[in-house]
Amino acid sequence: MSSNTIDLDPTELRSAPAELAPAGAHVPAGLDGPASRQPGETPRWYTRRWWVWALGLSGLVGVGFTVWLGLWVTPPDVNMGQLVRLVYVHPPIAWVCYLAFGVATLASMLYLWPRTRSRFWDRLAGASAEIGVVFGILTMATGSIWGRPTWGVWWTWDARLTSTALLIVLYIGYLALRRIPSELHVRSRRAAIAAIIAFADIPVDHFSVLWWHTLHQGPTVLTATLVPKITGIMAWTMLLGFVAFTLVYCWMLVVRYRLETVNERLETEGMGLVLVERRAEGIEELQGNPVYAMTGVPGEDAGAQGPGSALPPALAGSEPES
Amino acid sequence: MLRDAWLVAGKDLRIEIRSRVATNQIVPLAVLILMLFAFALGPGRQVLAPASSGLFWLAVLITALLAIQRSFAVETGEGAQDALRLMGLDSAGVFLGKMLAIAAQLVLIEVIIGAGVVFLYGAALHGMVMVLLSCFFGTIGLAAAGTIYGALAAGLRVRETLLPLLFLPIVAPVLLSGTKAWDAALAGTVSQGWPWIRLLGVFSIIYLVAGVVSFGPLMEAA
Repeated sequence: MSSNTIDLDPTELRSAPAELAPAGAHVPAGLDGPASRQPGETPRWYTRRWWVWALGLSGLVGVGFTVWLGLWVTPPDVNMGQLVRLVYVHPPIAWVCYLAFGVATLASMLYLWPRTRSRFWDRLAGASAEIGVVFGILTMATGSIWGRPTWGVWWTWDARLTSTALLIVLYIGYLALRRIPSELHVRSRRAAIAAIIAFADIPVDHFSVLWWHTLHQGPTVLTATLVPKITGIMAWTMLLGFVAFTLVYCWMLVVRYRLETVNERLETEGMGLVLVERRAEGIEELQGNPVYAMTGVPGEDAGAQGPGSALPPALAGSEPES
Repeated sequence: MLRDAWLVAGKDLRIEIRSRVATNQIVPLAVLILMLFAFALGPGRQVLAPASSGLFWLAVLITALLAIQRSFAVETGEGAQDALRLMGLDSAGVFLGKMLAIAAQLVLIEVIIGAGVVFLYGAALHGMVMVLLSCFFGTIGLAAAGTIYGALAAGLRVRETLLPLLFLPIVAPVLLSGTKAWDAALAGTVSQGWPWIRLLGVFSIIYLVAGVVSFGPLMEAA
């Protein structure tokens, strides 16, 4: 309770959050942005780097070119007519969906394996699974749009459709599990185990719907009649579609990874950060108040009881720079 | 491991016998579900009898969900799960024990639903070997996958809604294969059913192994 408590530099307190972070949460500064920063400063995230811009831009240009080639340059198909243009979109989207789920599973395995365990794999798995679900739903949507005019139905219980739908539901469950707030490493481990157990289901799923389908109806309608017919500009456009959507996936993954990181920091450091900033604010307020400046500031008590208790009721809510 | 499994299974079954939740709530619910199916499809036997194999497995699936939830609700209260971990029991043993207890309840439920299908829907049971085999593997598969997911969801506040979302898509192959095996058995074309029995067997082995391997870390994570 001495007057030198007032001399405490608030900026020192404000720079404290970097040390408040738990030891396990430390990550290389290159991927997570600057390790310590001043509150007013906008951190330069790695998503601002040139290669992320280049990735996003090339994905955008690629998709643009796919649209242009697919809608204007390529000819309509002999059998399918204009509907064939969906072939430049639907298979690439489906491919990205499977790729994303594959990456999520692989990352989960690497997270569970003690030697490669790091927050990186867990965040990657979460980011990838989410993109996978989005692209999975897009696959279903484009497939339905295609199926309605060609097969006459929005949905058919084709083996591939059924297993893809099941897969998407599985990963929606996985994402729901990830959303449940709990301790970070507990949640990560739980999610990783769930991802791998779900992955074990995929072969059984595949065979069951395959047999189920083939025992019920004729052979699969999907792609078998279509793929061999693709040549020349159509094949190149389709290839471009694959490349473009994969680039888009990579870009989304990078950005989504960053969001995952920020969310984690919010969960682990957010409360500490708010407490420290509030405490610094309180000291500034007391510095500006002549009564407390004379009698001394309960600065040590502020640390022990929390920031709220250090403030006299009359001052709560007033501007710090008063 | 087996001794631990036996102990845990005995404990769970004793709790069930004494609390009578399975007999007083889950079994009547199974019968109710059969009646609701009939309301949905109409009273005609020509509709209900051919659908009975699918309805049987669907009813088993729904009641299995309740049995699993019940099995882990017992563990969540009063720090029971921590106590179980502190006992020094083998985690694989705990998994097998909980699985066996759920499987025993499922057998009871299957007998009752099976009888219900015969009496209410007029299904004629042929090919008993295949019917029993599919029930055997299906029960183990459901119980094993259910125990894994039950443990996964056990400590969570949202477990009632999360467990079905995680569990039902995983066991979709059991519903499919079980139904096809029963279809084959009831229609008298037993030879068509064997691939499905094999698939059920593969499913139950996958989840038995997955449970034995992953239950230790799972109980820590829950």
